[in-house]
Amino acid sequence: MQHSNIFDYKRYRYFKLAVIIILIAFAAYLIFEPAVGHYGGSWLGYSLGTASAALVFLLAWYGVRKRRYRSSGTTQGWLSAHIYLGTALTFLATFHSGLHFGLNIHTVTYGILLVVVVSGFFGNYAYMIYPRLMTENMGEDNLDGLLLRIAESDKMARQIALLMPDDINDTVSRACRETSIGVSLLEQLKGFQPDCPSAMAVQELTMLGNDLPIEHRKLYRDLYSIMVRRESLVRRARQDLMYRARMGFWLYFHVPFAIALLMAMVSHVIAVFFYW
Amino acid sequence: MATSAPKHFNVIIIGAGPSGLSAAVRATEQNVDYLLVEAAPAPASTIRNYQRGKFVMSEPRGLPLRSTLPFTASLRETLLETWEKTITNFNVNVQYDTKVTGLKRGEKLLEVELADGEKLTANHVVLAMGVQGNLRKLEIPGGDLPQIQYQLDDPQAYQNETIVVVGGGDSGVENALALTGRNQIIILNREEDFSNCKDSNLSQLTDARKRGALDWLLETKPQSIEVNTKGEFPITVFANTLNGVERIPCHRVIARLGALPSRPLLESFGVGFSTPDLEALPQLSSHYESSIPGLYIIGALAGYPLIKQGINQGYEVIEYILGNPVEPADSNLLREKFANFCTDRGVEDVLEKIRKSVPLLAMLNTLQLRELVLESNILLPKAGDIIFKRNDYSTTFFFIVEGELDILIDDDDVPDGTLKAGEFFGELALVSGRRRAGTVRASQPCVLIETPRRVMQKLIDSVQSMRRILNEVAIKTIVHLCIGLSLSEKDLNDVANNATLKSYAAGEELFHEGDEADGLYLIQSGSVTVSRMIGGREVVLFYVAAGHYVGEMSLVSGEPRYATVRAAIATEAVLIEAGRMRDIIARNPEIRSELDARYLQHLQDNENRQQLESAFDSNNVASTKSTPSNLISFLIQQGVGEATDVLLIDESLCVRCNHCEQACADTHGGATRLDRDAGPIFANIRVPTSCRHCEHPHCMKDCPPDAIHRAPHGEVYIDDSCIGCGNCQQNCPYDVIQMSVIHDQPEPSIWQMLLGIQPKALPVEDGAKVAVKCDMCKDITGGPVCVRACPVGAALRVKPEELLSYASGHSGDSSLISSDEH
Ligand SMILES: Cc1cc2nc3c(=O)[nH]c(=O)nc-3n(C[C@H](O)[C@H](O)[C@H](O)COP(=O)(O)OP(=O)(O)OC[C@H]3O[C@@H](n4cnc5c(N)ncnc54)[C@H](O)[C@@H]3O)c2cc1C
Ligand code: HEM
Ligand code: SF4
Ligand code: SF4
Repeated sequence: MQHSNIFDYKRYRYFKLAVIIILIAFAAYLIFEPAVGHYGGSWLGYSLGTASAALVFLLAWYGVRKRRYRSSGTTQGWLSAHIYLGTALTFLATFHSGLHFGLNIHTVTYGILLVVVVSGFFGNYAYMIYPRLMTENMGEDNLDGLLLRIAESDKMARQIALLMPDDINDTVSRACRETSIGVSLLEQLKGFQPDCPSAMAVQELTMLGNDLPIEHRKLYRDLYSIMVRRESLVRRARQDLMYRARMGFWLYFHVPFAIALLMAMVSHVIAVFFYW
Repeated sequence: MATSAPKHFNVIIIGAGPSGLSAAVRATEQNVDYLLVEAAPAPASTIRNYQRGKFVMSEPRGLPLRSTLPFTASLRETLLETWEKTITNFNVNVQYDTKVTGLKRGEKLLEVELADGEKLTANHVVLAMGVQGNLRKLEIPGGDLPQIQYQLDDPQAYQNETIVVVGGGDSGVENALALTGRNQIIILNREEDFSNCKDSNLSQLTDARKRGALDWLLETKPQSIEVNTKGEFPITVFANTLNGVERIPCHRVIARLGALPSRPLLESFGVGFSTPDLEALPQLSSHYESSIPGLYIIGALAGYPLIKQGINQGYEVIEYILGNPVEPADSNLLREKFANFCTDRGVEDVLEKIRKSVPLLAMLNTLQLRELVLESNILLPKAGDIIFKRNDYSTTFFFIVEGELDILIDDDDVPDGTLKAGEFFGELALVSGRRRAGTVRASQPCVLIETPRRVMQKLIDSVQSMRRILNEVAIKTIVHLCIGLSLSEKDLNDVANNATLKSYAAGEELFHEGDEADGLYLIQSGSVTVSRMIGGREVVLFYVAAGHYVGEMSLVSGEPRYATVRAAIATEAVLIEAGRMRDIIARNPEIRSELDARYLQHLQDNENRQQLESAFDSNNVASTKSTPSNLISFLIQQGVGEATDVLLIDESLCVRCNHCEQACADTHGGATRLDRDAGPIFANIRVPTSCRHCEHPHCMKDCPPDAIHRAPHGEVYIDDSCIGCGNCQQNCPYDVIQMSVIHDQPEPSIWQMLLGIQPKALPVEDGAKVAVKCDMCKDITGGPVCVRACPVGAALRVKPEELLSYASGHSGDSSLISSDEH
């Protein structure tokens, strides 16, 4: 029964492959040191460079493969390879550079590579921890369902509040009006609203309920429980959006920089051959 | 004169649906003295009740239309208009608002009784009342007020009303839900809960009530309805509740009390049936004549579920009444069926030959035989050809007209039995819906008839003698398969004749831990769980599927029952009594050693499982609830026990990228067949809304064009003869079928794929809505795309046999379970 994650896929097949690649490259790096020191133009440098370029294309191809649903094999296998080979690539590219850095297209290319790799590692981390937290937060509900229930509670709370004294009515309608749930990406990433009107409303209601006339007591209790439930719904919805955002936003770096990397790499190769 | 003699006609046709209309049109053409009576105020009430704008399809495609009543695939509205025009043009002698309530054979004539008490007489009566008409009505004072309706065509038509829905079944609940939002809804349910509803309806219902969108009263029956002369509400419902009578003023009442089965009505007319089954079809001659001379039954009521069939029968029945020989419309189709077989004879002769060679088929009347052959395939395998393989998932049934075949049950190439002309095979898959238990291979050139399960089921329901024989044979086969490979023919017959077939509802116990051993249970259909009390709670140890036995442990040891065995879903088991079993064991050392081996294996497995459970208990203090056995119980509650393949999502891995759904939609005409984030979760495992490929698919039950099939590897799929009637959607208890328009998806460019941009969707042309569901990507090499598209491996498919090993996290450790693979 196959049920492995991206790391132990097929008994660490790609992990082993990556380790072998790194070891070979490292051994070569130690053994064949050109007289002038390591640099990209030595025969070893060329080999490492060619291998790195091939890997970059392979890694970028993952984005295409992932959406070719009719192709054979599993996307999981590709991702497992992507992660381990991406890590191996970092070593290869580093050896290729011979640690010669400067203010030029070559170093820019290397820098972009690092951005892609670092964002990739963050992605891994996110994929590892957030799914479980999301499930704990949401259970069997889904976001649309929560938002619907919040909207319904808004309606009901306002309806009841109309029959109540003005201060209560104000509190409730402000809570309904001013609560915002993950409008901007930044807000989503944070996962809370400072001085959340919904939470404040519950607090205020606790105090406002003390000296109500008897005929309002039952309504008040109904209203209070709706507002409490509503607040926890709001909190869960924000939490869910936060997890989603954190699990996705790194791709806004990873993908554009991956494409930038492709372009920089092409320029780097052209530069090498023309100005050599 | 006080009463005049009843009006007389040569032919009275009852019901102006497609079948009745066609008969009436033919009768007009032939100058027959006839009357067509229709209960509704307009013709074809079944078609009128389809939803607005439905595209009516004209299956079966190959069948020619022979009536003058026009019928081509078209919109409901167009169809009704055409028929109304035909009624006017032919001046059809129809009387609307005339309901027939009684019918009997008088001395010479048939007497028809109408709802208003009037009587009519006729020489011949054609019954074409369909099966939709008998909606149960509110039999209370005020139940006939105009504000009471029994159908909801267009929920959008009602705004700002207070509506009382009577009935807590699916149709009532669905109507109620469709009306929420714009109206105030109150459901009156006679039962104490809504447990008769589908889960999805139930959860929507509870949600809706939480939101305050509707309310319900349980154990409540309407008592009377009165008209209000003043105020906003036109009527008031008086309902008998647990707390006395409640007044509910409202605008409208929608009563969904279910339809009455047609059998009691037909029986009250005196029509004969050959089995006591409520589903049985009336006995008919090849001229559609029932057991009452002069009374003919056609169309849906006679068991022909499609419009075109009914129309053809309307034509034929009039010709038969006039004594004109007509070749049935299906003769051409039959001729095509027989294209490679006995080409030198006429269709009738070939049918006769089949009847003579296969005794089981001789039990059918001509109509039934024609229908069976039409729905079947004629196979002409050569010597050495394999008909089906062991572990295939096909559920068809085979009759042998000519030739001989071998059965191979185990792995050696030596036949374990032979089948001869006149016999039949495949009965076990017919009952169990599981994999084939053996391979069948032709040893000579053969002629076989391969019949779909649905057709066989219909015949078994209707033909008593056939049912008896098949039951006997099925018991014998299961005995043979489970314990009897080495049993002598005499012993086998002896055991089979004395075995008893027992049925259990889901959750019912076959036996209980500590009971005295009463015998060996062979699971014929369904599946069971084996559980023990460990540390004060019930722990599921095994899951046993059809084709295996339980209860051998106490038989071998002679001790009381070691575990409790419970039906996971509706299950049938064959019980071989303890005494007889011991007797056989004593005389058959091979069986003894096999049972012993099983016994030891089970003891070992038990030990392993108990270790595992306690390990989980002690390691995982916070989640004692997520031990493997609890996960299994949960999955079985979700209906996985009747599944053959189910999609699960591991929510602790799933990154909510929706690639699974996207992949499904992209490869299946734009409509995803799974809903990833709907469905219950337990211990991080979600059972999403997606087809489970049930062993006996409920969806197949009532598909008029028989468009739902099962492929050899178990995939349940819908072919393109679907007419979009929505029956399967209603029948699937897991709510995984949707009605949708299929259209091709644009191919994204490489850049779009790299950046994850969706290409602009092609404009959707108006197409007919058809039923769509998961086909397990049977046409895509590489298997289900949902699983393969998941980047993190969170989506997985399991077969119930693998459940236990999956749940206990042991990859490939199949010794813990009774799997029927190997
Ligand atoms: C939702 C749905 C969609 C379908 N789609 C298709 C499709 O696309 N293509 C297709 O081929 N088939 C389709 N079918 C099946 C098709 O509707 C039936 O096969 C067909 O209507 C049967 O015709 P009939 O004349 O036998 O009975 P009906 O059409 O049911 O007609 C019976 C008539 O008898 C009347 N009647 C009943 N009782 C009495 C009584 N006691 N006295 C007097 N009159 C009475 C009724 O009012 C009715 O008008 C569909 C069925 C459903 C439910
Ligand atoms: C030069 C190196 C790399 C390139 C060109 C590259 C490119 C890509 C591309 C094109 C995608 C597809 C994004 C999408 O369309 O959804 C992707 C996804 C991803 N990459 Fe990389 N990547 C590189 C290195 C890495 C590394 C080193 C890691 C991790 C250690 C990594 C981890 C990931 C992850 C986790 C995903 C998301 C998978 C998914 O959700 O489908 N990448 N990468
Ligand atoms: S559609 Fe529903 S009833 Fe049919 S096989 Fe799938 S889950 Fe079972
Ligand atoms: S493809 Fe996998 S990770 Fe993405 S939503 Fe589906 S199950 Fe979850």
